Amino acid sequence: MTTETAAKPAPPKHKEESFLSLFLKNLWSANTFTVTALSIFLALVIGAVLIVISDSAVLSKFSYFTSRPSDALNASWDLISAAYADLFKGAIFDPAAFQAWFDGTGTWQAAFGPISETLTYATPLVFTGLSVAIAFRGGLFNIGGQGQAVIGCVLGGVAGFAFSLPPGIHLIVALLFGAIGGALWGFVPGLLKARTGAHEVITTIMLNYTAALLLSWLIEQKGIHDPARSDAISKAIHSSAELPALPSPLRVHLGIVLAVLVTAGVAWLINRSSFGFELRAVGVNPPAAKTAGMSVAKTYTLLMVVAGGLAGLGGAVQVLGTADKLTDQVAGNIGFDGLLVALLGRNKPWGTLLAAILYGALRAGGNLMQVDIGISLELVTVLQALIVIFIAAPALVKAIFHLRAARSARLGTSLAKGW
Amino acid sequence: MSRVSTATVEELTVVDAPEPFWNRERRLGAGITVIGLIATFVFGSLAESKTARFTLSPDASGAAISINGQVGAIVFGLIAVALGVVMLTGKARRWQTLLLSLGILAFVLSFLCWQVAGKFLPLVDTLDGSLEYALPLILGALAGVLGERSGVVNVAIEGQFLMGAFGAALVGTLATSVWAGLISAMVGGVIIAAMLAVLAIRFLVDQVVVGIVLNLFALGITGFLYERLMQPNALKYNQPPKMPEWKIPGLGDIPVIGPVLFHANLLVWLALILVPVIHFALKNTRWGLRTRAVGEHPTAADTVGVRVRGLRYLNVLLGGLVAGAGGAFFTLVSTGAFNKNMTNGAGFIALAALIFGRWTPFGALGAALFFGFTQKLAYFLGVAGSPVPNQFLNMLPYIATIIAVAGLVGRVRAPAADGVPYVKS
Repeated sequence: MTTETAAKPAPPKHKEESFLSLFLKNLWSANTFTVTALSIFLALVIGAVLIVISDSAVLSKFSYFTSRPSDALNASWDLISAAYADLFKGAIFDPAAFQAWFDGTGTWQAAFGPISETLTYATPLVFTGLSVAIAFRGGLFNIGGQGQAVIGCVLGGVAGFAFSLPPGIHLIVALLFGAIGGALWGFVPGLLKARTGAHEVITTIMLNYTAALLLSWLIEQKGIHDPARSDAISKAIHSSAELPALPSPLRVHLGIVLAVLVTAGVAWLINRSSFGFELRAVGVNPPAAKTAGMSVAKTYTLLMVVAGGLAGLGGAVQVLGTADKLTDQVAGNIGFDGLLVALLGRNKPWGTLLAAILYGALRAGGNLMQVDIGISLELVTVLQALIVIFIAAPALVKAIFHLRAARSARLGTSLAKGW
Repeated sequence: MSRVSTATVEELTVVDAPEPFWNRERRLGAGITVIGLIATFVFGSLAESKTARFTLSPDASGAAISINGQVGAIVFGLIAVALGVVMLTGKARRWQTLLLSLGILAFVLSFLCWQVAGKFLPLVDTLDGSLEYALPLILGALAGVLGERSGVVNVAIEGQFLMGAFGAALVGTLATSVWAGLISAMVGGVIIAAMLAVLAIRFLVDQVVVGIVLNLFALGITGFLYERLMQPNALKYNQPPKMPEWKIPGLGDIPVIGPVLFHANLLVWLALILVPVIHFALKNTRWGLRTRAVGEHPTAADTVGVRVRGLRYLNVLLGGLVAGAGGAFFTLVSTGAFNKNMTNGAGFIALAALIFGRWTPFGALGAALFFGFTQKLAYFLGVAGSPVPNQFLNMLPYIATIIAVAGLVGRVRAPAADGVPYVKS
């Protein structure tokens, strides 16, 4: 890559080119935007192939492809376009619902339902994504977002049904409990990294599963388990601790506002605060930071506490905003998804926010796709993973589409540092 | 010690910094003493004064080793205390590992006496079950050994398991052949391994990132195809034949060990043979030396003409074969059908076994057997209605690994270049 960026563009030619051709030239180069867009496109193409090869009705038409190719192609096209149209309609807006609203036959809730679902799914991912992103900037790889979010769910949820406090205060207390829980779960690997050098990837992976087992034990205990239920489910949180949401069919809640505020806070923390300066310095070059008088050990510990607190807050938001009760699966996959979101957002706070919304949209659209034409929601997991694979390997995307090297190529692959 | 060849022994002892009193052995000894005391007092006081029977047959009848539960819990606890005290004196350094293992064994036996008091524990079934739980862990950890000793971190063991399990179920059913299933399980593992290798070695993507993403990819794609193909038409796509159990004549009749080791399926033998084979190959063959060189110092290996990237590709793909075979366990041996996310974190326990076993084949085997035993025990205690929650026993592998990497009981160290992509400069 370095050799190609070093290739000299002919300088006199530059001035003769029109603005448009320059724009197009730069557009078709390996810049952040193009690589992201092409990654999503590639993932959708592979997804389309998967949809077709897993549909026996369409596949049977391919058996006589040579005699009548139009049958197979039309059937494939119908299936793929139906699937991706659903993905869009479930995530952003459904023209039919809007039409019904204007005609007076539908409600505005139905028209805004898709956006609401997208934001609902995106909200916890913003927090877990920020958790991974901020740790990354400090040179730590926080795979423990899942475990931290689980503990955040537990403490946030328990605070939600065990205390009786006035509305508002109760919510704040429950959110704080969640953040503290996550921070504790992040503190352990941070301290171990700082004191003993134990690699945070190993310790956080192990703590993820420890947290999941702890949760499954806790919800069977007296005082937490709902006595009216025989399955593993906790009591419901009090309404005073719930995040206020829009009227009923819409599920989007105050958490998304909190997510935006926290994103701004993290952006300030990374870019403007002295702790942010230290963590970036440690992230770029720990020995140099040490020489400059910063305490690498302290930064690592504090960074993991902050990262854990963010993920824990995400877990608490999940419980207080959408789930209402603790179950084995209450945290879903938000920790691991947060990892993908941070990678897609290139470890920048606002990028992470946008990436979380994209992932929320895929998830919301996937739900409609599953209900409407029976294409499994798992396709969304595949798409999400593929997008990040391509994002993480920009050289691959560049090679597939013969992109030019970007002039300000900031797409260096993150080089691993090993265990 | 050999840095100054002319130095006499007296001079060297002066030069060396004095070892702190709380050296590794004394810390271990203190640990063993503490768990021994816990066993003696906690387990001893909680245990009922009833007979604990460890039967050799699968049920309560037949020959058995019997002991009063309370007496057993206290006696084995005291044995652990004694072993810990011996280590604390610091005079038995030569026998450190042996004493440590015996101390842990005594603690486990004390725990068992407490739990089994008034009941029975079928020994053969326990060993058989432990080995069954350990089987995918052994294969997964060996896959990790192959990749990581050459410097490629493999967090995608879980994904390789899932693809292996899925491939085995799908092809095994279509071809109605266990062996076709096993081979396609290996192919499934290799597919994920190939993606890992290309992205990590060719495109220099962070290996942990690739591993995690590939796990999600495997989870998504197997779940997707499961819901599209297998769920609507399980008879056609998801009914693989089970792997037959073979009995070796003669050896299979040995009590306890016979039914466990010599009346088993091919995967058990494959796993148990691969351990010494890989150990020997890593130590004594040209491939092994090169693998270790590439994993510790790729630049040096490259200088003497070893193809670093080629060797890494080879090892990761070999690892894919082994992990894929481990995935076959889930569908061809354990349950007999594929299910969404059926591996349920086993790949990460295998990773834990690899790390806990210090990146060595025999270490991985030992760790996998230990983790398998805790899982079997958790299952047994759940069935027996024990007050000890099985979740805590299931946590043991993870917590043990954290303790190991934190160096609380002797530091484990990864190969030096593990996870560092090699870029020829």
